[in-house]
Amino acid sequence: MKNESDVFDAIVIGSGISGGWAAKELCEQGLKTLVLERGRQVEHNKDYPTANMHPWEFKYRGGMSRDFNEKNPLITRAAGFGADTAHFFVEDKDHPYVQEKPFDWIRGYQVGGRSIIWGRACQRWSEYEFKAPNKYGYGIEWPIGYNDIAPWYSHVEKFIGVCGNEDGIEAMPDGEFLPPFGFNCVEQHMQDKMKEHFPDRHLVHARWAHLTEPKEIHLEQGRGKCQARNLCMRGCPFGGYFSSVSTTLPWAKKTGNLTLRPFSVVHSIIYDEKTGKASGVKVIDTNTKEEIIFKARIIFLNASALNSNLILLNSRSDRFPHGLGNDNGLLGKYICFHIYRGSADGRMEGFDNKYFFGRNPSEPILANFRNLKELEMDFKGGYTTFCGAYRNRKGSVDANSAQLGADFKHALSEPGDWYIYMYMQGETIPKKENRVYLSKDQTDQWGIPLLVTDVDYDENDDKMVADFIEQAEDMLEKIGCTEILSRDNKQPPGLDIHEMGGVRMGKNPNDSLLNEWNQMHLCKNVFVTDGACMTSTGNQSPSILYMALTARAATYAAEEFKKGTL
Amino acid sequence: MDRRQALKLTSVALGGSVIGAELFLAGCKGNTTESVLFSEEVIALLDEVGETILPETEGSPGAKSANIGLFMKDMVTDCYSVKEQPIFMKGIHTLNNTAIDQFSSGFLELSPEERLGLLLEFDKEAQSRDDDETPHFFTMMKQLTILGYFTSEPGATQALRYNPTPGKFIGCIPYKKGDKAWA
Repeated sequence: MKNESDVFDAIVIGSGISGGWAAKELCEQGLKTLVLERGRQVEHNKDYPTANMHPWEFKYRGGMSRDFNEKNPLITRAAGFGADTAHFFVEDKDHPYVQEKPFDWIRGYQVGGRSIIWGRACQRWSEYEFKAPNKYGYGIEWPIGYNDIAPWYSHVEKFIGVCGNEDGIEAMPDGEFLPPFGFNCVEQHMQDKMKEHFPDRHLVHARWAHLTEPKEIHLEQGRGKCQARNLCMRGCPFGGYFSSVSTTLPWAKKTGNLTLRPFSVVHSIIYDEKTGKASGVKVIDTNTKEEIIFKARIIFLNASALNSNLILLNSRSDRFPHGLGNDNGLLGKYICFHIYRGSADGRMEGFDNKYFFGRNPSEPILANFRNLKELEMDFKGGYTTFCGAYRNRKGSVDANSAQLGADFKHALSEPGDWYIYMYMQGETIPKKENRVYLSKDQTDQWGIPLLVTDVDYDENDDKMVADFIEQAEDMLEKIGCTEILSRDNKQPPGLDIHEMGGVRMGKNPNDSLLNEWNQMHLCKNVFVTDGACMTSTGNQSPSILYMALTARAATYAAEEFKKGTL
Repeated sequence: MDRRQALKLTSVALGGSVIGAELFLAGCKGNTTESVLFSEEVIALLDEVGETILPETEGSPGAKSANIGLFMKDMVTDCYSVKEQPIFMKGIHTLNNTAIDQFSSGFLELSPEERLGLLLEFDKEAQSRDDDETPHFFTMMKQLTILGYFTSEPGATQALRYNPTPGKFIGCIPYKKGDKAWA
């Protein structure tokens, strides 16, 4: 085993949406920072091979071959996966895991991680979401509240650029917004009808990480205005949306304090009994298979929620035989996620003389209206609804029209009907039985134990899905839709790509792993600030909260480092 | 993931799925690749089938200009399941043999009007079938022609309006009947 002679001030494990933020903040504070990424290098623009490709340049016009699909039943189910983005997802065979119960674990192993292919929704949590789990008895108390994180939301929003409208609604506090994408004509109608029929349900403009009107800071980052192409997940040549690759990592690099090492799988964090702290990490170079130890005084774990669990579970020592900091045995437990099972849509008449220009890369949001101020339903938790209206090229013609030939072609060259859709993003209850653990006998190609997922839906989830479907049908009807269809697709957990928990924050070391600064209770120089830290799931898209928590924790860590306490 | 969900809903809303399209999303149950042979003659025939479905009209070329025969070959060979492939291949022979039965010459020798008449019969037959398990070969040819043409360079840029870099989004503008859809 090789011992790297360079000693870094900080190591960040993972270069995705939260790792990029840790790197930015630590480097800006003057700390020599090593970012370890298990996948390949991806540089802004240089490594976006499909970014400017036309539809006809894809052999199967967006799909993959039968051969690829047969070999990749998991990854081809992922949101955003296609011929234009396939290179930003792992192939199934390369990264096995064990499913005790069906769980779709969607991964993107490269510099930038899944921040290249994320959904970009950026709503803030409300105080209600922080308080609800403990108040209604379905979780422990968060060690922080909205007021602790609000300034950090602002800090992140200003830097990454989030568009949105200030709506003043309680379920979803306003942020530091760039101008929103406008509604299309039918979406405006939806908002009007919602106000009329459901005064307590707020349908508002998308709050999305796009530069609708870049500010000085964004231009300084080398990014420009969103061009409304809606080809984001290929990587944006304009830097129109936020990713680690376009924004935080280059920013960190400019400080001169960043060392980025791709092809570096982290095996474990090394615990030093003499100091009671972590001394570094053990890495396996994926090209040479060489084991290397890197040392640092601060470690940020941002490997993505389940991989951060895996690394901690695999960081075994005489002091911590069940994983780093795991005296209470709760590491890997209380895994949670978001429910995306329910959706509904319908046809909207009366807008044939309306159209739009450009492709909106965002979606209107219907803020949570369930169990907000009190527990009023027969289930716990709330749901946010994403929705919108679209008008595609006509897909078919009616029976009396020409079915082939010139008139048929003309008909198909025009826009078809307007449709409205809604789908849910629901909170789940953190439960001890939903857990991940290490396989006792199976390892990956680097000799690291495979992760076993034992995660499932419960009755609360089923009740929430049923309520969403009932409400969505009712709202679509009141909006004026016909041909309303709804469905519970029963997709396995994980396909939401919002996996969370396992290393949760809390006030008490007896029932949590991390304190209010995302610092391990029992190993103070290790910080976990990705989805693994989540005490509960709330119902908002989580990425921006990970970024805010990371910036807050990294600033704290740098201050403590300078005081000499870490 | 948000947009993807919308796309899935779109395909549902448009009624029925594109054959083979479920493979893009869910993977295919088939497990062997059957060698599918497309001769030059077959590709020429498929070009004319496509051209009959979506012909050249004022302002835009037809499906043949989009090399629709080659596109069908690629899709059937690389993306169709082993169950779907023979339906398509047999369909080519059914189509040509029917032409010979009715007109005493192969499909390629027919006039545009004769081709249209023949394909309308198959289209009627295909549309009256409601068995999702075994799609009609003409449903396959028609779907592939529509998919391939409107995503091709001539189809997207001339039959539709293609704007790769809109620069901005304007939510609500007037539409008048006859304006082309965005590609």
